[in-house]
Amino acid sequence: MNPLIPLFVAIPLSGAFIDMILGRFIKGFSRYFTPVIILALASMSIYSAATAGTNPSVYYVGGWEPVKGIPVGICMVMDGFSVLMLCIINIVGFLSAFYSISYIKRFTSDNFYYALFCLMTAGMNGVVLSGDLFNIFVFLEISVISAYALVAFGVEKNELEASFKYQVLGSLASFFILAGIALIYWKTKTLNIADIRETLKPGYDRPFYIFVELLILSGFGIKAAIIPFHAWLPDAHSSAPSPISAMLSGVLIKAAGIYLIIRLFFNLFEINESVAVLITTLGALSMVIGVFLAIGQWDIKRLLAYHSISQMGYVVLSVGMGMILISRGVRHEIAMLAIAGGLYHLVNHAAFKGLLFLNAGAIEYTLGTRDLKEMGGLGKSMPATSATSFIASMSISGIPPFNGFFSKIIIIIAAVMARFYFLAFLAILVSIITLASFLKFQRYAFYNREDAKVEKGIKEVPFPMVFSMVIMSLLCIILSLLAFPGIRDAILTPATDILTDPAKYKDLVIGI
Amino acid sequence: MTMIVKKTTQLIAGLIFLYGIYVIIHGHLTPGGGFAGGVIIAGSFILLILAFGSDFLRLTREEAGSTLYENLAILIVVFLAVSGLLATGKIFFLNWIPKGTPGELVSAGILPLYNIFVGIEVAASVLTIFLALVIFKEELAE
Repeated sequence: MNPLIPLFVAIPLSGAFIDMILGRFIKGFSRYFTPVIILALASMSIYSAATAGTNPSVYYVGGWEPVKGIPVGICMVMDGFSVLMLCIINIVGFLSAFYSISYIKRFTSDNFYYALFCLMTAGMNGVVLSGDLFNIFVFLEISVISAYALVAFGVEKNELEASFKYQVLGSLASFFILAGIALIYWKTKTLNIADIRETLKPGYDRPFYIFVELLILSGFGIKAAIIPFHAWLPDAHSSAPSPISAMLSGVLIKAAGIYLIIRLFFNLFEINESVAVLITTLGALSMVIGVFLAIGQWDIKRLLAYHSISQMGYVVLSVGMGMILISRGVRHEIAMLAIAGGLYHLVNHAAFKGLLFLNAGAIEYTLGTRDLKEMGGLGKSMPATSATSFIASMSISGIPPFNGFFSKIIIIIAAVMARFYFLAFLAILVSIITLASFLKFQRYAFYNREDAKVEKGIKEVPFPMVFSMVIMSLLCIILSLLAFPGIRDAILTPATDILTDPAKYKDLVIGI
Repeated sequence: MTMIVKKTTQLIAGLIFLYGIYVIIHGHLTPGGGFAGGVIIAGSFILLILAFGSDFLRLTREEAGSTLYENLAILIVVFLAVSGLLATGKIFFLNWIPKGTPGELVSAGILPLYNIFVGIEVAASVLTIFLALVIFKEELAE
C-alpha cells in the first residue's frame, strides 16, 4: 500500500488546525506556513504522477482488506485520472496560496482564510482519491462548505448575497446527491464504487437506474455549474477574493463537479445512449450560452466566470461524445481521443483560468475596481500582469502555440471524425467568440487609453503575485507538450484507460 | 432568571457534565460515544449560560478558549490517525495499541482515545456555535 495516499488528506487537514492554533500566537505564521505545506503536497502529487500513472494503487484505510472480493472498509484509489486531478489541485493551490501572501493583507483575520483554504484543499484531495461513494459525499461537503465561507470572506453586501445563493443551490445539490447515494445503497447494499458496478449489473431495473442517474447528474451538475444549473457561479466566483476565485474556477468546479460526473458515469453506471446524449446536449448548451452571456459583461471577474461555464461545456461535450461512441460500441479509438481531449482541456482550463483570475486580482489590487470601463493603459505600468494575461487570453481563445489550441483542436478533430459536424462547428464558433471577448478584455484593460487619469502612481504588484502569475503562464506554454505522443501516453492515456475500461478499475479495487 | 432556576441549574449542571464524561469514556462499550457525550457536556455549559445570562461569563474570551480547545482536539485526532501510519508500517487509522480483554473499561486499543478527543472536539464546537450566535445577537443589539 502506498503511504502517500492518506497523507494527501491528512497533511492539509492538520495544516488547517495548526494554522488556527499557532497563527493565534505567532503573527504572520499561517501566511508562510500554508504555501509551504501545499508546496509539499504539490511535489508529492508530481512524484505520484510520475509513478502511479502507469501503476495505480489502492489503499485500505485501517488495514481492512476486502474479504472474498467484498470490500468491507473504506478504500482510496490512486489511478491515472485521480493523479491528474491531484496535480491540478495542489499546483494551482500552491500558486494561489503563494499569491495570497501579498493579496490577503487587505483583509483582517487571515488565520481563518488560510485554515479554510487548507480545509478546501483537503476536501478536494479526498474527493479525487476516494473510491467510496459516501466518503466522496463527506469530502465534497468539506470542500464546498469551506468554499461557501471563503466566498463570503469580504463580508460586504455583494459577497454575502453571493454566498447565500451558493449555499442554497449547493444544499439543493447535496440533497440530490445524498438521495441518489441513498437509493443506490438501498438497492445494492454497498457503497464501494467498483462493488456497486458489479452488483447493479445483473438485476437491471431500468427506470430506477435512470432516475438515480438523473439525480446524480443534476446534483453534480449544480456543483459544476453546467448551464441550466449555473445561476450561482457568476456571483460566487466574482465576489470571492481573487486567489479563491482562481481556486474555485480552476479547481473546485472540476474536482467537485466534472471529475465526479466523469468518474461515476464511466466507472459506476453502465453507459447508456440516452444519458450520453443528454450529457452531450448539456455540454453543448453550456458551451454556447456561456460564451454569449460572457461577451456582454463589463465586470472582469464576471466575464471570466461566464467563460468558466463555457469552457467546462467543452469538457462535458467531448466526454459526452466519447460516451455516445462507447454506448454505440463503434470506433473505440475515436471515443478514446474525444475523452482524452476533454481531460486535456480540463487540465489546460485549470492553468489559464487560474492565471486569468490571478491577473484580475492583480488589476483589482492596484486599481481597486473590477469595471473594464474604468481601466485602460495598464500595459506600460504593469508589464508582468499584461504579458501573462496576454498569454492566458490567447490560450483560452485557442491560438497556437499555447495549450488551449491543442486541446480544442483535439476536441474538434474527434467531433469531425465521429461525424458530429454540427458540434464541431459549434466548438469553432464558440472559440471565435471567446477570442473576441478576450480581445475586448485586453484592449480595455491594458491598451485602450493612454491619458494620465489612471497612470498616476501605478506600479507592478508585489513579488509573490508576480511569481505566481509567471509560473502559471509558463505552465500554459509547457502544457502544450501534453499533445505530443510520448508525453500524452505517459499522462493522459492512463486516465482514459481507467475510465473506458471499468473491468480494470474493478480488478484494481476489489482484486481478483 | 429567578433564584429557583439558578439554584437548580447549579445543582444539575455538574451531574450533566459527569454524565457526559461517562458516555464518552464508555463509548466503546455502551451506546453513545464521543459525539453524544460531547453534546451532553456542551449542554451543561449552555445551561449555565442560559440561566445566568450573557454577562455571567465573559463570552468573547470564552469563545476564544473554546475555539482553541476545538482546534487542539481535532488536531490530536488527526495525529492519532497518523500515528497508525508511523507506528507499524504503512496503515492509516490503524488500531495499533494492544486490544486488552473485551468488556473491560481499558480495552479496544486506540478507540477510547478517539472517543475522548472527539468528545472534547464536539463539546467545544457546539459551545462555539452557541457562543457565536449569542455574541452576534449582542453585537446586533448595540
